Amino acid sequence: MSLQEFIQQLLNGLSLGSLYALVAIGYTMVYGILRLINFAHGDIFMVGAYIAFYLVGVFYLPWWLSLPLTLLLTAGVGVLIDRVAYRPLRNEPRISLLITAVGVSFLLENLGLVTVGARQKGFPVPGMMASPVRILGAQVGGVSIWVPLISLAFLLLLLWVIYRTKAGMAMRAVSRDIEATRLMGADVDRIIAFTFAIGSALAAAGGILWSFKYPQINPLMGIYPGWKAFTAAVVGGIGNPTGAMIGGVLIGLVEVLTVAFFPTLSGYRDAFVFSILILFLLLRPTGLLGEPLKEKV
Amino acid sequence: MKRFSIVLSAVLLLVALLTGAVQAAPEPIRIGLNLEMTGAVAAYGQMGYEGIQTLKEIVPFKVLGRPIELVLVDNKSDKVEAANATSRLIEQSKVVAIIGPMISGSMLAAGPIAERYHVPIIGPSTTNPLTTQDKKYVFRACFIDPFQATVAAKFAYQNLKARRAAVLSDIANDYCVALGNFFIKEFKSFGGQVVSVQYIKAGDQDFSAQLTAIKNANPDVLYIPNYYTEDALAAIQARQLGLNVPMLSGDGADAPELFKIGGQAVEGLMNTAFWHEKAATSQLSKQYVAAYRKKYHKDPNAFGALAADSMLIIMDAIKRAGSTDPVKIRQAMEETKDLPVVTGFVTIHNGDAVKAAVIRKAHNGQWDYLATVNP
Repeated sequence: MSLQEFIQQLLNGLSLGSLYALVAIGYTMVYGILRLINFAHGDIFMVGAYIAFYLVGVFYLPWWLSLPLTLLLTAGVGVLIDRVAYRPLRNEPRISLLITAVGVSFLLENLGLVTVGARQKGFPVPGMMASPVRILGAQVGGVSIWVPLISLAFLLLLLWVIYRTKAGMAMRAVSRDIEATRLMGADVDRIIAFTFAIGSALAAAGGILWSFKYPQINPLMGIYPGWKAFTAAVVGGIGNPTGAMIGGVLIGLVEVLTVAFFPTLSGYRDAFVFSILILFLLLRPTGLLGEPLKEKV
Repeated sequence: MKRFSIVLSAVLLLVALLTGAVQAAPEPIRIGLNLEMTGAVAAYGQMGYEGIQTLKEIVPFKVLGRPIELVLVDNKSDKVEAANATSRLIEQSKVVAIIGPMISGSMLAAGPIAERYHVPIIGPSTTNPLTTQDKKYVFRACFIDPFQATVAAKFAYQNLKARRAAVLSDIANDYCVALGNFFIKEFKSFGGQVVSVQYIKAGDQDFSAQLTAIKNANPDVLYIPNYYTEDALAAIQARQLGLNVPMLSGDGADAPELFKIGGQAVEGLMNTAFWHEKAATSQLSKQYVAAYRKKYHKDPNAFGALAADSMLIIMDAIKRAGSTDPVKIRQAMEETKDLPVVTGFVTIHNGDAVKAAVIRKAHNGQWDYLATVNP
């Protein structure tokens, strides 16, 4: 393999991985707060893509307006799901919550099939995302350069929110001990709703960028990216946003480099990714950056 | 007690009325539709369904004096679901024949079940030769892949003057892998060289790794024998990576989604296809094209036309068999000869329809007609 081809493959992997990272951050945030694996996260990603599709492709709003509007509306969907499906179960066993999350996932997918139809729609892509860019002799689509930058920006913004704002402090408190936080007079439900809002907005951002890169959307589009992002979150250490970013990029690189170095095994790329998930769950369930679980006595 | 007897007599009266109504009308003949209404290739199933609905407008759905009742089951573009749908249609709905699935992989799962129950099943667009091989009850309304691969390889070698071909096929679909392999064999037999063979998987959307490898092998034609979504995504990513050679595909590229997703990137893509409305010359073809336009306000497509063909083949077979016994229908289907259908005339031989292929080129969001190649 020539150096140029290798650089090209690295860029391919980096941009795919950054997309997983963006979605994985949302997974990891909700888990960090509620100890809930929100299986509907991949479907919120799909909802975000559809909202953007309708704003831009049907109502012809400009992108500078559609983007924030999509993030806002999808955040609203996330909060609504929490309010309707998860909040009533907050004091129930965690397994009920998990099953509900799977139910919400199916609900969103099938609602999508009924309302917008099963057939793929072509996603409108702004010119600067579509046109090719040359770097170090390699050529990639513009979106492949933008995605890692945007993902990194979102991560930094999120870390700032978590560690430098009052809302972030409250979020960290809830993740340590919900009951104690409530006793201290904080409105726990609002903090959790805020977490869902941010997580869902990130999923929407992921959905839009994904659709820039692969401009076809359908109601089941969130399933695979959702699983991959979940894997990324586990690999990075679930509950840790920086870990999710690293995990995402790692998964993207593994996928692309598997195909690059072993073209005959390209049908097994998902098998490679999910083998990594199983290995991590068996050998290092806390992931690369996760803290070891403290036993509560 | 009195009120009870009133209710009871009302119920009895209702039952009597209902059964009376059923006895008055002749019992319908049930035909199953095992179609991809959702999932990865929902466009094929939905186009097929539209084709049958269009046919209903121009041909009476009535045979042997009995109306035809369609029973639709969505197979979700999934092999397992396609097999389940087949058992369900035969066991529960008691259909006498089945149309669909539209894709070969699903037919390879559904066909053996229909074979076991001795109920004929016909795939409108299942081109893989294995679907009907050694099967008495499995049919197709289209040509087979070795034929369209020969057409494509010849076109690439002689018309495009290509000498170095690369192939990118979808490993999750029997159709794509087999069509790719037939092409490789044919292209080599013409004297061409195959410089890179790469595999993708339906559902994956990132093909950048495979296309980067192909670009570095420096081909002068790229054969992508996949379904429309993968073809559109491959075209976009190929252009972004700077791979600008002519692209050639099979019948699977034929869906409006190819243009909606692919946009500018699919401009100039060529494919071998079942049908082009410009090649529609018979009376029935013209009626169909007009009825389709009127009903759906868009251009007709090959998948709808082939589903309509399948329906015509079954209705004709029931008529000639003079019976709704699936075994007799199967026998009559095998004896179909020069039957006028939407795509022209059809003769069935060993379960396969003998039909011509057309070559088309994507231009400004639609297909330009280049040529017709007879078998």
